[in-house]
Amino acid sequence: MTSPSIEPKAHSHGLGDIPFSKLATHGSFDVNDFPVPNGREEEWRFTPIRRLKGLHDGSAVADGTDKLDVDAPEGVTVERVGRDDSRIGKAGFPADRVVAQAHTSFEEATVVTVAQGKALDRHVTIDREAQGGTRFDQYVIDVKPLAEAVIVLNQTGTGVRAGSVDVHVGEGARLTLVSVQDWDGDTVDVTQHNAQVAKDATFKSIVVTLGGDLVRLSPKVAYTGRGGNAELHGLYFTGDGQHHEHRSLIDHNLSHTRSRVEYKGALSGKDAHGVWIGDVIIGEGTTGTDSYEHNRNLQLTDDTRVDSVPNLEIFTGEVEGAGHAAASGRLDDIHLFYLRSRGIPEDEARRLVIRGYFLELINRIPVEQLRDDIMAKVERKLAAHE
Amino acid sequence: MTKFEIRGLRADVLIGEDERQEILKGVDLTINSGETHAIMGPNGSGKSTLAYAIAGHPRYEITEGEVLVDGENILEMSVDERARAGVFLAMQYPVEVPGVSMSNFLRSSVTAVRGEAPKLRQFSKELQGAMKDLSIDPTFAARGVNEGFSGGEKKRHEILQLELLKPKVAILDETDSGLDVDALKVVSEGVNRAKAGGEMGVMLITHYTRILNYVKPDFVHVFANGRVAESGGPELADTLEAEGYERFVKAGA
Ligand SMILES: Nc1ncnc2c1ncn2[C@@H]1O[C@H](COP(=O)(O)OP(=O)(O)OP(=O)(O)O)[C@@H](O)[C@H]1O
Ligand SMILES: [Mg+2]
Repeated sequence: MTSPSIEPKAHSHGLGDIPFSKLATHGSFDVNDFPVPNGREEEWRFTPIRRLKGLHDGSAVADGTDKLDVDAPEGVTVERVGRDDSRIGKAGFPADRVVAQAHTSFEEATVVTVAQGKALDRHVTIDREAQGGTRFDQYVIDVKPLAEAVIVLNQTGTGVRAGSVDVHVGEGARLTLVSVQDWDGDTVDVTQHNAQVAKDATFKSIVVTLGGDLVRLSPKVAYTGRGGNAELHGLYFTGDGQHHEHRSLIDHNLSHTRSRVEYKGALSGKDAHGVWIGDVIIGEGTTGTDSYEHNRNLQLTDDTRVDSVPNLEIFTGEVEGAGHAAASGRLDDIHLFYLRSRGIPEDEARRLVIRGYFLELINRIPVEQLRDDIMAKVERKLAAHE
Repeated sequence: MTKFEIRGLRADVLIGEDERQEILKGVDLTINSGETHAIMGPNGSGKSTLAYAIAGHPRYEITEGEVLVDGENILEMSVDERARAGVFLAMQYPVEVPGVSMSNFLRSSVTAVRGEAPKLRQFSKELQGAMKDLSIDPTFAARGVNEGFSGGEKKRHEILQLELLKPKVAILDETDSGLDVDALKVVSEGVNRAKAGGEMGVMLITHYTRILNYVKPDFVHVFANGRVAESGGPELADTLEAEGYERFVKAGA
């Protein structure tokens, strides 16, 4: 745990002294504004470029399809729209070449709108099954002022996928977005989430990454009004050879905004690689920011790798709270000893402890069936590695 | 009828990668079912080490000797097998296991030790009763294992487990430390209930004669420098309380 840094101006946390944030929401919608990455760049240095299947150098050809099943209650509209729809690309710039490539190349987008003032009586489920090939995508989720919604994006199947999910949480609205990456073992997924959180709005993101060969997910948050609240929660279980990379960025560009970032992972098996980059910017001239981020990793076997990089940049003296923590470690053998000393067999003791490790996070998912499904999947992955 | 025998037990504490230190230097002790043996001895003499080594704690390694339950050497068993063979350790410092609820933990444990899952209804009734007997608030069942429990609350829960698991041999490592007068009584009654069947042997590690007024020992042993230095009847406890351990510490040094 490190103590909060509340040095005024130009103080940076981890990047040396620089006058303004390098992390700021720079980017471009045009793929040609980004050089082809070679893997040595700061934003690519943890990603195995060779496994991106051509997403990064323009060689990937868009030839794939997704099967989409939407289940939505009254008050929600779901549209499939073309490139020229004015609602696309309004929540933030693509921050890297792959996401820009997706924006340059996509043909179809999905727009989900929750009507103003509507508190949904059940959650929205978007089942997305990748059916092979390469596909570039854009999703827009627009929750109008004072609406309340829980949206589950449940992603399965095989293929190479890149794109953005734009999220607008209107004034006083509340959205919980659960994004499940339960891809087949060979799938590549590079996606950026861009959330715009309005005045007094609450955005909860719950990311669950279990599948895929390579998943690189970048959830970004910015505020359009005071009193905005964003909570990013993430769970990943990274098995043999899998690469799971989560790169969050919270831009406290306005005063009186709050954020929490909590990502927890378990890794098991040869060359399982988990990456967490947690960037938080507290903007110049802002006051009353409250921010905390946290990453924990449980390395169940020795042949796994974790890179965990919290990065807090503060450009103002008027911070209410800011801090971060990161920890990686093994299952605690004293915990296991205690359970086993009461007769509980080792594998069951391990299961209990790992269940306990993820429980609080899973309990944040407001859909019981989904909580049970995810716990069951975590346990299956665990069993597969025993 | 169970015979619990510790024979010539030597054990090291594992300190660092290549660092270890011998703590137990040849312990011999036999406990028959129905008997209560009090173990008293100075700080650092190795009492907890003895308890942990028997249970199979990963920080200790046994270098010589045997621990037999009815002739079977439990040192050849894994930690959980030892527990299922009927050996129970109430720890001096019970471990917090966050995220695992007490009720889940207890059900898993009872299932493992009894060899079959108790009916849910029946078990929750049994658990509620056992908690009530120990004056434990029912809300504890939903909390994480020992998570944020006070010292005294942890000790009560150790005895709760003792009562649910009904072991053949119970090793109680300073279960009385840190208990207020009322709690000491409640906890002692729990131990006595577990003893009531006459089937359980008890090794009771303590610094105070206070608990021995409630849980009557048949034998008292002085533990010093990693071995049993002297054995006697209940009266030895009073002598120790009056005179201290000086005599034994010197003798062993
Ligand atoms: N990790 C360690 N490194 C060094 N010495 C250790 C370590 N763990 C235990 N010891 C030593 O082993 C010895 C025996 O400790 P133990 O806890 O068994 O004593 P005890 O008789 O239970 O004492 P107490 O009455 O204070 O509970 C002590 O001298 C202690 O310092
Ligand atoms: Mg001790």
